[in-house]
Order: sequence, then C-alpha cells, then structure tokens
Amino acid sequence: MAQAQTTNATTEAHGGAHDVGFPPFASETFGGQLLWLAITFVVLYTLLSRLVLPRLSGIIENRRAMIASDLDNAAAMKSRAEEAGTAYEKSLAEAKGRAQALAQETRAKLSAESDAKRKALEADLNQRLAEAEATISGKKAEAMSHVDAIARDTASAIIERLTGKAPAPQKVEAALNQIKA
Amino acid sequence: MASPIEQFQIKPIIPVINFTNSSLFMIGAAAVIVGGLLLATRNRAVVPGRAQSVAEVLHDFVANTLVDATGKEGMKFFPLVFSLFMFVLTANLLGMIPGFFTVTSHIIVTFALAMLVIGTVVIYGFVKHGTHFLGLFVPSGVPGWLLPFIVVIELISFLSRPISLSLRLFANMLAGHIALKVFAGFVVSLLAAGGALTILAPLPLLMAVALMALEFLVAALQAYVFTVLTCIYLNDALHPGH
Repeated sequence: MAQAQTTNATTEAHGGAHDVGFPPFASETFGGQLLWLAITFVVLYTLLSRLVLPRLSGIIENRRAMIASDLDNAAAMKSRAEEAGTAYEKSLAEAKGRAQALAQETRAKLSAESDAKRKALEADLNQRLAEAEATISGKKAEAMSHVDAIARDTASAIIERLTGKAPAPQKVEAALNQIKA
Repeated sequence: MASPIEQFQIKPIIPVINFTNSSLFMIGAAAVIVGGLLLATRNRAVVPGRAQSVAEVLHDFVANTLVDATGKEGMKFFPLVFSLFMFVLTANLLGMIPGFFTVTSHIIVTFALAMLVIGTVVIYGFVKHGTHFLGLFVPSGVPGWLLPFIVVIELISFLSRPISLSLRLFANMLAGHIALKVFAGFVVSLLAAGGALTILAPLPLLMAVALMALEFLVAALQAYVFTVLTCIYLNDALHPGH
C-alpha cells in the first residue's frame, strides 16, 4: 500500500492532475474489485447454474428426445407398413390358392354331374329302346298268329266261291299246314 | 489530450461500499449474460429463432470444448466453465464499446479468475484423488536420477499456470486498448498539427479501424483461450495420472 502510494506520488509529480500511475497496478483498488468480482461472479454462477443452463440444456435435450422418438415412430410405422405388405401378399396368395381349388372343385363337380346325367339318359334311352323292341316283337308275333286264321278264312272263302260249297275246316287246316311245311 | 492509460482508471461511484466503474461493468456484464440468455430462451422453441440459436450455439460450443478436453465426466464443471467463458467474453466485448470500462484489463480481476480455476483444480484434485493427485508432478517412464528435476519443473509449470492464465488475458486486453487509444490520439494530434501533417491524419484512422476489428477478434479469442486452458487444467484434476 505504502509503495503504491509513493508510486502514485512520483507519477503525479511529473504526470499531471488526473494521472495517478498505472491503474491496473494501483493496489488500493484491488480490494474493491475483488469484492465486487466475487459478488458478481457468485450471483452470475448461481443464476446460470440454477436458472439459465437447466433451461437451455432442457431445450436442447427436449429436442434431441423429440427427434429420437420421431425417428423411432417412423421406424415402427415403416415396419408396420412392411408387415401389412407381407400380410397382404400372403392373404392374396391364399385367396388365389383358394380360388384355384374352388375352380377345380367346381369343374370336377360339374363334370361328374354331367357324366351322371349322361349315363342316366343313356340308361333311360336303352331301356326305352329295349321296351320298344319288345313291343315291336310282341306286335309282330301277334300279327303272325293272326296270319293262319286269315289264310284259312281266305282259302275257305275262295273255295266256296269256286265250288259253291264251303269246304270242311279240317281239310283247309290240313292243306294249309301242308303248304306251311 | 488524455493519456492512453486513463481509460483504465478506477473511478469511485459509491465510495462507501467501494462501488466503482469496474463494479458497474462487472454487474453490467452479468446482467447482459443472464438477461440476454433468458430473453433468448423465453419461448423454449423446438425450432429455435435467431436469438435462441445463438444461446444454443454458445452452450454447445462451451460444452464441446469441455467434453473434448476432459471427457463426459467433466460436465460437472460445465456451469463454472460456462460462467467463466461468458463473463470474460462479455466483459471483453463490452469494453470494445467506446467510453466503456474493460473489467478484464485489470490484472487483479484476471488473476482472481485464474485463481478460481486453479483453486478448483487443486481442491477437487485432492478431494477426489487424495495424494494420488500429486502424481500430476511425477510423469511415468522417467529415469530415477532425472525425477527430482522433472518434479521441480512440473511444479514450477503448475505454479506458473495461474500467472500465465491471468497475464495473457490482462495483457491482451490492456495492450489492445492502449494501441487503439494511441492511434486514435495520433489522428487528433495530426489534425491539430496543421499543414502537411493534417493530410496524413487518415492513415492512423485507418489503422485504428483495422485495430478495432483485430481487437474484436482478440476479445473473443482470449475468452476462448481462457476457457480452453481452464478445461485442460480441469482435466488434470479429473485424471491426474498423466
């Protein structure tokens, strides 16, 4: 302190009214500067560490978390979309397979049905054909059985016209049988 | 004309509580820092505006500097380092405004800040690592006969840290402001001299403009240098074993 004052005194002597030496080395001002530096810095430190920095790092952290969660959401959505895509393809393939099976089944059923119908129709026709043949042969036999009687009647009628008297039926019968044989 | 060192004069404002122009500008710097940062972050926007971007850039810049030098565990010193950086930067830049007092142009202020750093390093080092912290002065892999000299050199280098840290900032601010004032003074002197000398007056003016730009650079750079060295010294406290 004493030294500083002497320095001041000498500089003042040849320096001028307001020249009090080199201010940064004027040790009598140190106490006041240190006091106010301490007060200011403690207040600054407290305000920054309690108020400003938590807010600032909160903002930055919040943004980082938001970006990370957005990216996670996007990835989750992407995988969901991919899942949906594979599920769609799978169901599409299944449906195709089912459609094919159904078409095959229907085709088989239809052809079986038409086969059955055709067979039934054929059977029906065959039966009817057989019936018709039986009828024809019946009629034919019946008609043939009438031929003898007609021949006998005709023969006796002719003889009656020629001779004027009816022949004995036994004789006509015998003659006819002779011709037939 | 005023002397170039008149700008460093401590002028009492309220003598009873030792309140001076220096105290005023310290409080001014703190108010600018806290007020500015609170104002910039008032919206807490996810997409930051201009002011909030600046605040975030400052935050990330100091955080990255600290993490680069000390690793993740150094973040416990983040409020201290951020306060130091902002205080030195704001005090330096406020001093660039003509007529304003430069708090950091006084050795006692820069020395106190440097002692705060070294004090933190020493106290934290001993509390955390005990005597192991002294391993800082004993580098590994040194031959036995050389060890005493190395320890002495390491000790001197450690003790000179607060001096170099405070002198660097103080001298840069002091010299820059003196140079500015001297060149500005030349302009006035040359104009007053009359004749041919008056024509030369723009030359020191150009110089003063160029120096002004340089001083803005120095103001920011010295705040950064102070912060980087603080981080490096804090790293010693965190990891004393070389």
